[in-house]
Amino acid sequence: MQRRVIFPQRALPLLLLAPQLLITLVFFFWPGGQALYMSVLQQDAFGTSVRFVGLENFAQVFADEDYLQAFWRTLYFSLAVTVLAMVPALLLAAMADRVVRGATGYTTAMLVPYAIAPAVAGVLWYFMFNPSIGVLAWWLKAMGVDWNPTLDGSDAMWLVIFASAWKQVAYNFLFFLAGLQSIPKSLLEAAAIDGARPLRRFWTIVFPLLSPTTFFLLVVGVVYAFFDTFGVISAITQGGPATATETLVYKVYKDGVHNLDLGSSAAQSVVLMVMVIGLTVLQFRFVERRVHYN
Amino acid sequence: MAAAHTTLTPKSPAAEGSTTAWDVLPHLVLWLGIALTAFPLYIAFVASTLTPQDVAQAPMALLPGGHGIENYREILLQGMKGTYLSPPVWQMMWNSLLMALIITGGKIVLSILSAYAIVFFDFPGRMLAFWLIFLTLMLPVEVRIMPTYAVVSDLGLINSMAGLTVPLIASATGTLLFRQFFLTIPDELVEAARIDGAGPLRFFKDVVLPLSATNIAALSVILFIYGWNQYLWPLLITTDNRLDTIVVGITKMIGTGDAATHWPQVMGTTLLAVLPPALVVVLMRRWFVKGLVDSEK
Repeated sequence: MQRRVIFPQRALPLLLLAPQLLITLVFFFWPGGQALYMSVLQQDAFGTSVRFVGLENFAQVFADEDYLQAFWRTLYFSLAVTVLAMVPALLLAAMADRVVRGATGYTTAMLVPYAIAPAVAGVLWYFMFNPSIGVLAWWLKAMGVDWNPTLDGSDAMWLVIFASAWKQVAYNFLFFLAGLQSIPKSLLEAAAIDGARPLRRFWTIVFPLLSPTTFFLLVVGVVYAFFDTFGVISAITQGGPATATETLVYKVYKDGVHNLDLGSSAAQSVVLMVMVIGLTVLQFRFVERRVHYN
Repeated sequence: MAAAHTTLTPKSPAAEGSTTAWDVLPHLVLWLGIALTAFPLYIAFVASTLTPQDVAQAPMALLPGGHGIENYREILLQGMKGTYLSPPVWQMMWNSLLMALIITGGKIVLSILSAYAIVFFDFPGRMLAFWLIFLTLMLPVEVRIMPTYAVVSDLGLINSMAGLTVPLIASATGTLLFRQFFLTIPDELVEAARIDGAGPLRFFKDVVLPLSATNIAALSVILFIYGWNQYLWPLLITTDNRLDTIVVGITKMIGTGDAATHWPQVMGTTLLAVLPPALVVVLMRRWFVKGLVDSEK
């Protein structure tokens, strides 16, 4: 945690830390504390009276059918996005790992979507699948698919899932490729000499050795799907039609910013905070295991 | 290009009967992957070279038209016309650039100074400071939307570049990254500096900063993309559309999203929003990869 040889000053380090700590306290801990505080208060519609209600806001949130639906919807959405972003990434990384010529070019091209903002990814996919003018929407209709994400909830859900996953493949690709390249080639050669065919080698040797990477990407993917896809949803569906694509984060935003239901929004924020803490702990505990593996 | 040379690829050590198939297949799959990745961008490019009428006539053409230059000139210099009047796109790009650069610079400065304080000094509250910074990882904007908005509003920072950037420049990731790196600097260097009578600030400037150059470059690339792509925060903090970043600006342009939307202009703006961060990834690939991998440790 600390070095053996250090400087003796006492005031200077505090001065160096001051700007970061100031911003941390003002813009992170104070609002975080406010969210906790507001989650146990109830305010009337005009903001004139405030009273302490204990856990009533939480009880209301968990009794709210809309919230529970948003909860399951978010799980479904996150799982779909994570899997859809990981499977092609693994396939592409396995292929890129076999390529000798042009590997750099392939990798660079595959990484570009990482640079695209989630909201922009949403706009790009919305344009292709817009029911009145979208190119792919037209093809779907020509094939007889009744496609209309502005009216049909499950169409809208698929659209936000694909747009979100499309953007995340780049990230998974990079980490899978790094994981594949760290597997000793001698292991694979030994298996090949024993007569194991490529697919069998992949499933019995490569995939198990990749499991730390896979688990890491699973956690990162769920965090991405939970929090960073706000832009995708906001750009394509705004949570609609009705509430068909409303995730927990989108609901907090809507209930707080648009519906001004501060008590409920704060309680929802606190629930999300608990989820972030859980996911972060998972991520960091895992990283230590990865170091151990190496 | 690469596919044409597949026959020259050295045989894999595990070559067997079906050598050629296993050598060509990766290239085919990768080209398919790139095609799927690039398709939405290609469609956007084609749309940006057509007229709104061309796009509205489904299905739109799949080859570029002849209106590209006038479309880009129009959005860059005048902005979107029609039902929603946007500021000129150059202004949105300028806002995004400024925001991205301030966030990048701010995060680097704050996190390198904090890490230096935590690693090279001992003082009361050192661990507390470290944990306070670390815990911000667990408080993303999304879980404290309303109260953070209230703080920024109380400080009078709504609709200002300061409001857009300052609340985002604390960086747990950066601090952890520099801390990790500083722990690897040999003790002999610090001892030598102290024998030479160099104080901590001198040591920072002459030794630590130059040694950190590659880490700073790698982190900057990641942070620039992070800053440029911000969405929820500017959406909350700005109502004055002269402060719109390009990402927020695009979503405002779509409006109701029907055929009346000026799609060629929207898609041109979309590509202009993708271009700077994409160029950063392509031109600084090595640093980008290092930054991405390091910042997850």
